Amino acid sequence: MGVIVQYTSFVVHPFRTLRFLHECAGRAGRLRRRKVNVSTGIGERVQRKEDRRLLNGQARFVGDIRLPRQWEAAFVRSPVAHGRIRAVRKPAGAEARVFTAADLADVRPIRAQSSLPSYNASDQYPLAKDKVRFVGECVAICIAPTRAEAEDLAERVELEIDALPAVVDALKARQPDSALLHEEWGSNLFLTTFFDGDIDSLRKTAPVVIEREYSTARQCMNPMEGKGTLAHWDEKAGQLVVYTSTQVPHLIRTGISEFLGLDQGQVRVIAPDVGGGFGYKCVLQPEELSVSWVARRAGRPIRWTEDRREHLVAGANTRQHHYRLTAFADTRGRLLGIDAEITVDVGAYSVWPFTACLEAAQAGGNLPGPYDFGIYRCRTYSVATNKPAFTPYRGVARPGVCFAMELTIDAIARAVGREPSEVRKENLVPAAKMPYTNVTKKFYDSGDYPESVAQAEKAIDLKGFRARQAAARAEGRYLGIGFSTFTEQSAHGTKVFAAWGLPLVPGYDQAMVKITPSGSVEVRSGNHSFGQGLETTLAQVASEWLSVDVSRIGVVMGDTGVTPYSTGAYASRGMVMSGGAVSKAAEVLAGRVRRHAAHLLQCRAEDVRLAEGKAWHGAAHVTFEDIARAWYLRPDQLPDDVETAGLEVTEGYKPDIDTGVFTYATHAAVVEVDPDTGRVAIEDYFIFEDCGRRVNPLILEGQAYGGAAQGIGTALFEEVLYDANGQPLTSTLADYILPGPAELPAFRLGHAETLSPYTRHGIKGVGEGAAIAPGGAIVNAVNDALSPFGVELNSLPATPERVLGAILKAQAAREAAE
Amino acid sequence: MKPAAFEMVRPADAPEAGRALAAGDGAVKVMAGGQSLGPMLNLRLARPERLLDITALPGLSDCRETASHVEIGAAVTHARIEDGDCPEPIAGMLRHVAGGIAYRAVRNRGTIGGSLCHADPAADWVTALTALGAGVVATDGTGATREIPMPAFMLGAYRTALRPDEIVTAIRIPRHSPAARWGYHKICRKVGEFADAIGAFVADPETRICRAVFGSTGGAPLLLPDLAAHAARTGSPAGLTTVKTALEHSGLSLSAVKIHQLAVAHRRAVEEALADV
Repeated sequence: MGVIVQYTSFVVHPFRTLRFLHECAGRAGRLRRRKVNVSTGIGERVQRKEDRRLLNGQARFVGDIRLPRQWEAAFVRSPVAHGRIRAVRKPAGAEARVFTAADLADVRPIRAQSSLPSYNASDQYPLAKDKVRFVGECVAICIAPTRAEAEDLAERVELEIDALPAVVDALKARQPDSALLHEEWGSNLFLTTFFDGDIDSLRKTAPVVIEREYSTARQCMNPMEGKGTLAHWDEKAGQLVVYTSTQVPHLIRTGISEFLGLDQGQVRVIAPDVGGGFGYKCVLQPEELSVSWVARRAGRPIRWTEDRREHLVAGANTRQHHYRLTAFADTRGRLLGIDAEITVDVGAYSVWPFTACLEAAQAGGNLPGPYDFGIYRCRTYSVATNKPAFTPYRGVARPGVCFAMELTIDAIARAVGREPSEVRKENLVPAAKMPYTNVTKKFYDSGDYPESVAQAEKAIDLKGFRARQAAARAEGRYLGIGFSTFTEQSAHGTKVFAAWGLPLVPGYDQAMVKITPSGSVEVRSGNHSFGQGLETTLAQVASEWLSVDVSRIGVVMGDTGVTPYSTGAYASRGMVMSGGAVSKAAEVLAGRVRRHAAHLLQCRAEDVRLAEGKAWHGAAHVTFEDIARAWYLRPDQLPDDVETAGLEVTEGYKPDIDTGVFTYATHAAVVEVDPDTGRVAIEDYFIFEDCGRRVNPLILEGQAYGGAAQGIGTALFEEVLYDANGQPLTSTLADYILPGPAELPAFRLGHAETLSPYTRHGIKGVGEGAAIAPGGAIVNAVNDALSPFGVELNSLPATPERVLGAILKAQAAREAAE
Repeated sequence: MKPAAFEMVRPADAPEAGRALAAGDGAVKVMAGGQSLGPMLNLRLARPERLLDITALPGLSDCRETASHVEIGAAVTHARIEDGDCPEPIAGMLRHVAGGIAYRAVRNRGTIGGSLCHADPAADWVTALTALGAGVVATDGTGATREIPMPAFMLGAYRTALRPDEIVTAIRIPRHSPAARWGYHKICRKVGEFADAIGAFVADPETRICRAVFGSTGGAPLLLPDLAAHAARTGSPAGLTTVKTALEHSGLSLSAVKIHQLAVAHRRAVEEALADV
């Protein structure tokens, strides 16, 4: 199976990433000049091709596009969380510039079907029709030459809404007396799922029983670029052309055509530069439909640019879980079984195409995570509440389940009086059992999970830390250490998505690779890059086969008009799926290049070797330009029986297994908690991860820093708050706190490279990983630090208010007891 | 998030600004750095018909020093104070406070007078200048000026004692002796955020003036003279329980966490001020 393991480790501070990037590139450049074979292929620290334009302000986002006769749109949004719409009155004299559900009567509501039993689908009209179900739901769209004027219009639209009781708490929403969002269901449940195991016998026999409740906050994803959509009807092409900030242009094309009732040939979706997505931009948004419809009706380009307040209110759509969990263990802390009840606060609607159920389905399936145990029972409830519709965010469900499991492991360790990382290692699936099928039938293809903990212990100096911690406590300072280990199912394949009952299931990813007449290379993929560096890494994959330098490889993505079909960038699938497709196409193309070169070099094709962007036979060579010129411009130089397939190849690819490939990692954090203020300072943070073949280590490190920064937001800062009426209290960045550079530690990284036996080049997905574990690592560290106070935090984020509140409560309880 | 249409004018002097303000009957607002008003305009929480840009008014960007006072023009930016462009009434305190306000981009535009007039309970100047015994110089539509002592200036959250035709033109801060001590401790979620709790402490052994101020209480900064006197007398802060009890009886509605954070901020401010005494 060709499994290679290498370990490397180095330190980079996020502040210094840029300088570091240049240094590395410089270093690589010097090395390269000494090497005979120039390589920008797989494994090289190639500088990102896209950074030049991104860092120089030359990128082109939706907000940068200006078409002739373009107008701007502003939405009228619901001011109440739950209500029945009595009337929406347009301002006098502006009726032709304001549109409501009544105008959009021919648009189908967004309805994400699922084949899962017990699933309740919801109808989300792009402009609310009879009811509004969250603050920020679109009710009308107004258009004007400028955004300010469109907002002036929006203010003049009168809404008459009878307020209904708001459903804000997902646990209460499960009660039979709760108000209902979708009355026809008779409950607020999108879905319930069950895993059954023989927990009852364990309950009688297990020596250690740990019961906990955990909760994670609702969050906003906050990409730097918000959502934006610009649509116009192209008369010549007979097409609706939609520029939209999305991760999934081909899916959005399908969605727009389905819900607007257009043939897919009448819709072209172009994702220009996209400034971050994280999942926020992988679903069809109601605004995309409204803007598209209005552009066609108004006969002019219409753009809507989401502002930060719209995002913080109508985009408050992710992460909120609640767990009731019982863990059973033996006296050493060896896990025997888990009994869990997971409630996901889904919000008002089921998003298309991923549905309201993806989160709970993943939570139920992934809670056992990297652990080796035999008995599992889990119920999941996907509950409708008066909040924006739940959307998968980097890590999808796993930041929640990882938090719950990792805190449970530490709780077990405390109960049996052992070092948590020892208990963790003993419970993880050992390398000897790989490949391993776990209790929820997840197939773990490869890796050494306990070794990742051992590496983290070493890097963070667990032994030395315990001595330091004791000394600090003697001085009244409270240090703590926490570990968190997870597996990340990446590049989930067809069977996985089909099992989740989704309306659209990803299958093969296609890519096209061609040689241009001047010998440069063009790669086309229907996937998209929104910061993850795919423009560079796909070029590296092509470079690996063709030996052409990435500077001569152009990558075209994001435009459904010119790229082969791909379901897009989500679920850490880009490098595995699109990378695999580019690899396959480039391999076929390399074969053709060799055969053409053989004609020119007067040798056999199997004797031709590609290197440095040339085709060699011994010391003789022809350049790619020679080959391309012969094919495109001077076919007279080629024999009559030349292969006619040309220098352009489109291939489809899917890995050998359909169940996803599993990346894994261990994060370790050292924190200092100030018990007087509740402030948590991260002193050290180490990540050890294994994502198979690293196509570009530089980009991979960037993914780790960015993901971990978001995970620290989840762990310590980010929280959408609502009042009892469902009014959001965190609608600006002064209230919704994101970590800044000063709040982030100097991350240290270590890597293993256990190649996947089932994918091209052994690649596994890595985009989401680092966002998963920080909550578990940091709160475990906080609880370790605060153990002298008898404090245990079980909810995210660990804000100063929560930490200090817990300390004060414990003190008060102690004083009351005395 | 674009503001509703408004007019912007630059009055020639302070009395003209005062008259325009009074004539506007609430529809006219003063804009200095715009770092709080700007977002409020964009969110359409503030909807003035007319804005008076006072940053170019004569004297408003000046810093002056007299034998007894330091006088800072209302339109002097936080950044200028941070950079040491103004004389210090007490060694280093203004620079320290200014440097901790929000981010440099905000400090480049935000002004000391604007911050006082906005009267955000969690802002820095309202608390720091109360601790320094500063007075706010206001000029009205007739050109008459009066000095309002800080405790009488801020009446509550976003409320000041300014009359309808008054604008703030300067801040007068008494000079302290070289022996004076100060401490300023701010507890906040992250660098640049508004404070959750502020403790400010100033004590001058020569004038025997000492002040302990609690900021970010939800209202105007709270002066607790007994706690200040205790610290000045004993050289160390009062016990946490004493401070917390004082806060509990302050009449403000504060959560247990807030009271604890305020008490800790006070303790740290006092300790910082008296560290090497």
